[in-house]
Amino acid sequence: MGNREIVVLMGTCGKSAGADRVYDKFASALKAKSIAGVELKQSGCAGLCYSEVNVRTFRDGKEYLYAQITEDDVEKFIDSEIIENKTYMEKILFEADPVDDTALFPKQKRIVLRNCGKITPTSVDDYIAKDGYKAILKALTMPPEKVVQEIKDSGLRGRGGAGFPTGLKWELTRKNPAPEGRYFICNADEGDPGAFMDRSVLEGDPHSVIEGMLIGAYAIGANHGYIYVRAEYPLAVKHCLKAIEDAKARGFLGENIMGSGFSFDLKTKEGAGAFVCGEETALIASIEGKRGMPSLRPPYPAEKGVFGKSTVINNVETLANIPWIILNGGSKYSETGYEKSRGTKVFALAGKIKKGGLVEVPMGTTLREVIYDIGGGMAEPEYKFKAVQLGGPSGGCIPERLLDLPVDYESLVKTGAIMGSGGMVIMDERSCMVDLARYFLNFTQNESCGKCTFCRLGTKRMLEILERICKGQGTMDDLTLLQEIAKKCSTSSLCALGGSAPNPVLTTLKYFYDEYVEHIVNKRCPAKYCKKLLTYTINDKCIGCTACARKCPVKAISGEKKTRHFIDQQKCIKCGACVATCKFNAIDTE
Amino acid sequence: MHQTLPALYQSFGKRHDSLIPILQGIQNKLKYIPKEAISIIANELSMYESDIYGVITFYTQFRLSPVGQHIIKVCKGTACHVGGAETVGEAVSEMLQISKNETSRGNKFTLEYVACLGCCSLAPVMMIDDKVYAHLTKEKIKKILEEY
Ligand SMILES: Cc1cc2nc3c(=O)[nH]c(=O)nc-3n(C[C@H](O)[C@H](O)[C@H](O)COP(=O)(O)O)c2cc1C
Ligand code: SF4
Ligand code: SF4
Ligand code: FES
Ligand code: FES
Repeated sequence: MGNREIVVLMGTCGKSAGADRVYDKFASALKAKSIAGVELKQSGCAGLCYSEVNVRTFRDGKEYLYAQITEDDVEKFIDSEIIENKTYMEKILFEADPVDDTALFPKQKRIVLRNCGKITPTSVDDYIAKDGYKAILKALTMPPEKVVQEIKDSGLRGRGGAGFPTGLKWELTRKNPAPEGRYFICNADEGDPGAFMDRSVLEGDPHSVIEGMLIGAYAIGANHGYIYVRAEYPLAVKHCLKAIEDAKARGFLGENIMGSGFSFDLKTKEGAGAFVCGEETALIASIEGKRGMPSLRPPYPAEKGVFGKSTVINNVETLANIPWIILNGGSKYSETGYEKSRGTKVFALAGKIKKGGLVEVPMGTTLREVIYDIGGGMAEPEYKFKAVQLGGPSGGCIPERLLDLPVDYESLVKTGAIMGSGGMVIMDERSCMVDLARYFLNFTQNESCGKCTFCRLGTKRMLEILERICKGQGTMDDLTLLQEIAKKCSTSSLCALGGSAPNPVLTTLKYFYDEYVEHIVNKRCPAKYCKKLLTYTINDKCIGCTACARKCPVKAISGEKKTRHFIDQQKCIKCGACVATCKFNAIDTE
Repeated sequence: MHQTLPALYQSFGKRHDSLIPILQGIQNKLKYIPKEAISIIANELSMYESDIYGVITFYTQFRLSPVGQHIIKVCKGTACHVGGAETVGEAVSEMLQISKNETSRGNKFTLEYVACLGCCSLAPVMMIDDKVYAHLTKEKIKKILEEY
């Protein structure tokens, strides 16, 4: 049998699907069958959330990826894969040549996710075996200016949202005199609900982020750094801490790295649950131990950052690209891409999509390709695609007719949405766009730091209007008012939280205006989502179990036991409790 | 707490920028920040108590009152919202007879809402302590809660 490997993919996703139990079962089964020479390994995730738990093996120069493995599969899996040297056909997802990711992931190009799901994230040796820390060794032989130039040549732009050219950011920082030294910070706050690529990279390949930071720190001349990571990601925090410790032990962090004379000291800081702390000036305040309130720029962090010192802040995904660029060259990186957006972008697919998870595609791939060709289309094809929400609370909703748009920073901004962090939430006809706008306003209103009037109160007023409309109490004048407040909120807010908070409202108004009108004029919610706009009736599936009648808070439901029940429309307050209670689908809504 | 604090000062130093890690350290141990901790820290770090309150109340992570044995965090993020997070929150509330930020009888569970747990493609999700539960339905939630 020789040196066989069984790799269980154990990111947070995988664990929640039962990867721990599968791993333990493998361990005990291998022992029980007294099979030696098989190494059981753990890895991060490959982004195939829809098919968790994933297991990977290698046999005769080929890679095999299995899906939906449960404890019950383990014995059969071992018999087939290890003892008989045969594919375990029941659960095979793909088989591919291991050197070639394109066979495993058609239409994708994996640079950021190159090691995710392949290496053991807690093993620095695994990372080194995949050319890890080679890029920093190469960079250390180059003058820092040359490193900056390489990144400029790559055309890489920040993946944290705004898309600022990374090389230029480094160059501007370098040019600032900084007698007191500089800082290099990794922004791992990932606050956009719907985005999870940064978590996955930190969990699955933390050393690539550390190496990216090292290269950046060398390029700008920083000797201190922080990874600012959300506390909601306990596994990512754990893997970061372990990776820092191991990198230190190997001499990649600390004093006089690899005898180069360059020193870099790296720490983690855990966030404390404030979305606005993803904004760079707020993040700086938070690292300094203060309330995470954004402050006016300029001065930019490049001049005056953490503790008043010159600072660069880059996003996790941005940094994971850096070692690849240094090893392969900036011009090689820029071969991929579309117009002013070079390289690849990771998208997080969630919502009503068949194959939810992480995908990494060349910039310029169309939304349709991402959603249909890679994502497999709608989760329940009987319900039609309605919109994709892109870019979280600062982004917007893109309708069907714009799906052939290439993903690149400029094209997306033209729609009113933004690339943002790359979270894509796919919605079908059952999602109400007015409700979605209300949802985001509720979010931004909660997360506003309160410094700016329009962000604090404007979002509140907009939220109230949207709540009214969802209850059927809106007027057409409300729509004008919404647009007016939205405009003021975007122009008179200090940071992009307030500045972009109106985007979800403006894009839904732009593309789904009729739906607003329907709520206001006809008091109807076309998606049948807004409870207060529905009429509840009981159909002949009712078996008279009385469950709904007992649940109804206003006793609007009457009927004898074992006979069909009825709802008194005069009494009904449209709370929806009966629908949630009925086990027989006997309550219709219209 | 009197044992926890010196260890925390030692790891992070008695500096203003250590305030958040110190508070996090206390909360990790006690699951909330007791009032007396604030005055002790204010003294040690030479800060105003009001500034420390300011920091504590700014960040949603920090709690000023004790919680149950287990903390349930129901995700209210976009994907979970689209996937029916409202029903999840309601179901947990109904089963445990508590609303947001309340603790169930017997001090077993405290219910909180979070913005996103980063498992969006498995929506709707919730986290109990450090464990994430995915693809929730009413029946599943019931079974999960019974395990505790
Ligand atoms: C409200 C708000 C939240 C943000 N959240 C994040 C975040 O979670 N992660 C991130 O990398 N950038 C976030 N940003 C963007 C950062 O301010 C900053 O532009 C980015 O980290 C720079 O890194 P990059 O150049 O590599 O993209 C946020 C910005 C705003 C206004
Ligand atoms: S725009 Fe909003 S979040 Fe940003 S500084 Fe102003 S009030 Fe705070
Ligand atoms: S919607 Fe609410 S009030 Fe109306 S019949 Fe159903 S349970 Fe009763
Ligand atoms: S498989 Fe890891 S993000 Fe879901
Ligand atoms: S939206 Fe719920 S985990 Fe992200």
